[in-house]
Amino acid sequence: MVTHRDDLASKTGMWLFLFTELLLFGGLFIVYSVYRYRNPIAFHQAAHELSVVIGTANTIILLISSTTIAMSITALQTKNKKLCLLLMGVTILLGLAFLVNKYFEWGAHFREHIYPGSSVLALRGHGDVLFYGLYFFMTGLHALHIIVGLVFILVIAVSIFKDRINSENYVLLENSGLYWHLVDLIWIFLFPLFYLIT
Amino acid sequence: MSTQKTFEEPSYLEYKGKYKGIFSWILSTDHKRIALLYLFSLMTFFIVGATLGLLMKLELIAPGKTIITAQTYNAFFTLHGIIMIFAVVIPGLPAVFGNFLLPIMIGAKDVAFPRLNLLSWYFYVIGVSLVLISQFTGQGPPDTGWTFYAPYSFRTTGNMLPAVFGAFVLGFSSILTGLNFLVTIHRMRAPGMTWMKMPLFPWTLYATGWVQLLATPIIGITLLMIIAERTLHIGFFDPTLGGDPILYQHLFWTYSHPAVYIMILPAMGAISEIIPAFCHKTIFGYKFIVASSIAIAFVGYFIWGHHMFTSGMSGTALYTFSLLTFIVAIPSAVKVFNWISTMHKASIDLQTPFFWAVGFLFVFMIGGFSGLILGALAANIHLHNTHFVVAHFHFIVFGGTGYAFFGAMHYWYPKITGKMYDSRWANTGLIIFFLGFITLYGEMFFLGMRGMPRRYYDYDEIFHTGNIFSSLGAIVMYFGLAVIIINLIASLKNGIKAPSDPWGGKTLEWTIPSPPPVENFDEIPVITKGPYNYK
Amino acid sequence: MKTDENEKHHIIPYRTFLYVLAILILLTLTSVTLTQISLGAFTVAAALIIAGIKSTFVLAIFMHLKFENKMFSRAVCGVILLLAAVITITLLDYLNR
Repeated sequence: MVTHRDDLASKTGMWLFLFTELLLFGGLFIVYSVYRYRNPIAFHQAAHELSVVIGTANTIILLISSTTIAMSITALQTKNKKLCLLLMGVTILLGLAFLVNKYFEWGAHFREHIYPGSSVLALRGHGDVLFYGLYFFMTGLHALHIIVGLVFILVIAVSIFKDRINSENYVLLENSGLYWHLVDLIWIFLFPLFYLIT
Repeated sequence: MSTQKTFEEPSYLEYKGKYKGIFSWILSTDHKRIALLYLFSLMTFFIVGATLGLLMKLELIAPGKTIITAQTYNAFFTLHGIIMIFAVVIPGLPAVFGNFLLPIMIGAKDVAFPRLNLLSWYFYVIGVSLVLISQFTGQGPPDTGWTFYAPYSFRTTGNMLPAVFGAFVLGFSSILTGLNFLVTIHRMRAPGMTWMKMPLFPWTLYATGWVQLLATPIIGITLLMIIAERTLHIGFFDPTLGGDPILYQHLFWTYSHPAVYIMILPAMGAISEIIPAFCHKTIFGYKFIVASSIAIAFVGYFIWGHHMFTSGMSGTALYTFSLLTFIVAIPSAVKVFNWISTMHKASIDLQTPFFWAVGFLFVFMIGGFSGLILGALAANIHLHNTHFVVAHFHFIVFGGTGYAFFGAMHYWYPKITGKMYDSRWANTGLIIFFLGFITLYGEMFFLGMRGMPRRYYDYDEIFHTGNIFSSLGAIVMYFGLAVIIINLIASLKNGIKAPSDPWGGKTLEWTIPSPPPVENFDEIPVITKGPYNYK
Repeated sequence: MKTDENEKHHIIPYRTFLYVLAILILLTLTSVTLTQISLGAFTVAAALIIAGIKSTFVLAIFMHLKFENKMFSRAVCGVILLLAAVITITLLDYLNR
């Protein structure tokens, strides 16, 4: 079959895919708004138990990682392959740091017997069950997207290293960047909804 | 277009690619071969689903247990629903005819992402396999109905997880197809084919693509929540943990109502192709048909609540959803008027596809009007969850999408296979099928109005006569289907060779040989006129 | 399709990204501080408005929407409005039950 390159088609496809991701989380935002409306006090109090410090730190980590991946495109456009790979490496490390923070955060909750289906949590009432249910489900799904994004960026970095992707042909790098920004975008909303609205 | 030269190139059916035998099909990225992969798998699942339906109707031929137990009946209507909805009518026209014809009709050599296209067929097969696996493993088959309503879907001992996950994977397949078509239409139209020169079938695929893309993720996440509910007891839809089962219904129908438009829009598109071709006349009100497709896709997104009128929603929500439901009937009616106006004073060539299109109009009207009855709040309370609803959606989904599917099958058969089918058998099958269809589902309206509930394997003696008629209709319809399908298969061998334009159609697919060559066009055509350019 | 379209790309200088990052971090800290002092019913609104501003920056600069074909920005707005409409209609039920 003929292979012709159409970067705009590739980018359009990526954006359309991002829309589906947005609506995937959108479904959860619907659930969140309904249960928050129905359990305002419990949500308010449960949100106090999350660590604002770790939450803020993770937000800033993701923001920086978004900046570095965005800059890596500029680096590749200006044919600075070394800097591009360095910036991508930093992005991956920051993504991992986010996951490590998340791991400790979740671990602390688990030690207090707060996890979906726990009888300790059930005793605290419906609002708490729903708050933590949403918290684990949404941040869990988000963490899953972080992992997917990291793998995506890693694959692209290898291609850049092998010069399969270069300054002439970098739409895949842009697409991996777009995906990573979407993950950041969702966190921008998850952070206030779980950590700040107290 | 130099048609002489193209005849020398091998058709897509004869083309020798990298792989041999079955692999030249299941590893092919040619949109035409992928369309046929879909066609074969889809017809197989359709026959399975139809057989389950027939068995259910046989069970209902007499009160009490006739041939299957209550639990088996529950499993059957669940599997019938999942297969028919997620694996047959939702992918139906887009995946089969959309894949085959979209690139050709807009003058392209393939879809934008051919490998993604193949991947989405694999997702489709994996999804259906998971659903089928759920029948034979674990503690008994799923018995919730295709809607997986909470809280039953996470309380039943039935083997829900593979079925729910299978539906999730099928959703993914649908999203990838929609995404592919949207990008194809945006980027790959032939030079000169402006939006308003694009044929109507691609237009409906475009509207459908957006619905697939923007509605399917909602059911994806909802099904994941059901899985989390069953495995982790996360509490979102469990009243004992503070969850709200009605929220499940909201989320489920936020997808599953737009899904109805995923089914019907491409069907309307196919009808919009068939009618001008056999009337030899430009379609009446092209722009209105385009606008109504977009309007249906848009309004269709906001009317999911009419499935939940008796669930205990607030009054405000009830009025809103009822009003919006009536509004969505307007663009559908616009299309019907346009089709009929196209036929007005035309010299109509009475061929099988045209009969299917007329059959479509007839059953679609009945289905549509019964939909208005169900959309009225007061009438709905009486009719909710009765056989009236079953009759309504079979008239729309099977009558609408199914008739259009068979119409499209008979319209594009010469193009796809390069053979003509036997019209007499095709028409005979259609008549038998039509009579069976009307008896089977028409009777259900009356049963429902008198109060016979759906999804029960037993009923009161007063419903007996109606059920006998209905079940006999099912047998006749099944027989008609067999005639239609056997005729199409037999014509593969016995049919005479099809010319490139057997019906006198004017859209691009009729300008290339039947079956089309591998790359569709020798030279990408330059479009200067509208799609239905009959004098 | 047309090779010339593949070449046409806007190069954003590094410092633009760094400015945006500074703004984003500043907004994050503002929203944390704002929600620590209780604003009552406005807390939620304030936090969500700030999140909205932050996402606009990410979309426009990091995701290049400002420099792309307008079609992309329109589609993004459409999807966001759609989601808002679905949430509103769902809440029509819950707010009036």
